[in-house]
Amino acid sequence: MTQILKLTINGTSQDIPIDDPRATLLDVLRERIGLTGTKKGCDRGQCGACTVLIDGRRINSCLALALSYDGAEITTVEGLAQGDLLHPVQAAFIEADGFQCGYCTPGQIMSAVALIAEGEAGLDPERVREGMSGNLCRCAAYAGITEAVLKATRAMNREDAA
Amino acid sequence: MNLFEYTRAETLDAAMSAATQDGAILAGGTNLLDLMKIGVISPTRLIDITRLPLHDIEEHDGGLLIGAMVRNADLARHPVILSRFPAVAEALLSGASAQLRNAASTGGNIMQQTRCSYFQDPLSPCNRREPGSGCAAIGGETRNHAILGWTEACIATHPSDLCVALAAYDAVVEIAGPDGLREVPMESFHPLPDANDAGPAPLQSDEIITHIRLPDPGGMARNARYVKLRERTSFAFAIVSAAAALEIQDGRIVQARLALGGVAARPWRARAAEKALAGQPPTEEAFARAADLALEGAAPSGDNRAKITLARRIAIRALIRAAAGTPDRLPALPASVFEGDCNG
Ligand SMILES: Cc1cc2nc3c(=O)[nH]c(=O)nc-3n(C[C@H](O)[C@H](O)[C@H](O)COP(=O)(O)OP(=O)(O)OC[C@H]3O[C@@H](n4cnc5c(N)ncnc54)[C@H](O)[C@@H]3O)c2cc1C
Ligand code: SF4
Ligand code: FES
Ligand code: FES
Repeated sequence: MTQILKLTINGTSQDIPIDDPRATLLDVLRERIGLTGTKKGCDRGQCGACTVLIDGRRINSCLALALSYDGAEITTVEGLAQGDLLHPVQAAFIEADGFQCGYCTPGQIMSAVALIAEGEAGLDPERVREGMSGNLCRCAAYAGITEAVLKATRAMNREDAA
Repeated sequence: MNLFEYTRAETLDAAMSAATQDGAILAGGTNLLDLMKIGVISPTRLIDITRLPLHDIEEHDGGLLIGAMVRNADLARHPVILSRFPAVAEALLSGASAQLRNAASTGGNIMQQTRCSYFQDPLSPCNRREPGSGCAAIGGETRNHAILGWTEACIATHPSDLCVALAAYDAVVEIAGPDGLREVPMESFHPLPDANDAGPAPLQSDEIITHIRLPDPGGMARNARYVKLRERTSFAFAIVSAAAALEIQDGRIVQARLALGGVAARPWRARAAEKALAGQPPTEEAFARAADLALEGAAPSGDNRAKITLARRIAIRALIRAAAGTPDRLPALPASVFEGDCNG
């Protein structure tokens, strides 16, 4: 039986017919909507490559049954930049050399956006590392990732103050 | 993954009547979908309970009533959890990752399956997955297997961190079924294996956890900690863990709570240790004696004798940290053994 899944993805609302209930949110984003920025690493919640925001909260889209998220607002890495203007977290990843091959990077960036919004890590590198521990990096760009999150936090604090 | 029928329940009654013998409740999906993907379970129907009105945390008589759909991240941030049940917050924050905690529910966390790698491999004999087939873990890789309460039929441990803290705080699991409500203490919610099998399921297929009730912790509110030993400091299951809470007055312990994780098929409440601590001064010697009592009867279920020593040490450390007092802000690395400001 085909069921209609309503999602708002990066600000655009969509009705997506789902005829196989097994689809995860990750599969829907990549294969139905064509948003391939979100990556499939382990497909089992263990690596964070598939991290997206649902109603502003970061989750692993590989363990999210798509039909269960009917009505949700999803933000993927494609929804961060405004035209050519990168999101401060994206800019900071480039500045701080926060990646090598780049496969984990969309997940890292989405996780970092949420971590900064959660507001609990602040500028404490240990809290940043702990808060980012759900995102593995096979290239081990961890030092750059931590630096990027700290840089972005500072930049966004300045923006808020301005 | 097998095909299934998807049903979204709008009421508790609808959820219970949609339940079938080979169906499954879907909450956050972080354990259920994982196990379905690897072919360990293959329910023919998923009953989505995420829309049920079970998302609230209510205060009652100094304690809390926590809806089964409250997400782990929200529970860990609740002001009453942080101020009066800090070992629950620390246990939650030591588990999984920020992403998983945003999806994982309270009920799902309690109902999560063992991480026994033979249970997760459909080709291995496993009495828990397939009653009567045997236990491939015996003689195998037993790092995360039991040292207490096991039998030759199953040596698995329950992997939840949350449950260990809940058991220490005398939490009660509230369950709705077609015949009405029943409640079971967290401490005995997960059945232990018997001589022939891995033990019955904790719930009938048409029963649903609705709430967890936490009674008033009284004088233990600010002397409670969780400590978790794992192979890396974050995003790893416990090898052994301990939740400890103390009420200390005039230099003496009035009441003590101690529960161990990673050691048995349920969170292991150490009642004899608690009793021995009552009336004692909170010293390392008293904690060491209590830890000996907590591990009384422990036996390796394989190549895991070291866990007995490790569990004893983690229990002592949790008690030392509890006696020192819960810090105002949880440490950067929750439940980590690498905590600088404590000589434990
Ligand atoms: C990579 C990874 C690392 C993890 N690390 C940790 C860790 O360190 N510590 C830890 O404690 N946990 C850890 N977890 C496990 C995680 O905590 C659980 O997967 C999660 O809590 C399950 O909650 P859920 O809502 O997603 O449950 P689901 O996956 O939806 O359900 C799990 C089970 O519970 C049943 N169920 C759910 N809700 C109810 C209810 N209200 N009544 C009756 N039955 C119900 C379901 O039918 C299913 O059998 C980890 C998981 C992953 C994937
Ligand atoms: S220990 Fe238990 S869960 Fe693991 S293989 Fe043996 S019977 Fe199965
Ligand atoms: S692909 Fe989802 S966590 Fe690895
Ligand atoms: S940059 Fe290659 S996996 Fe992280």
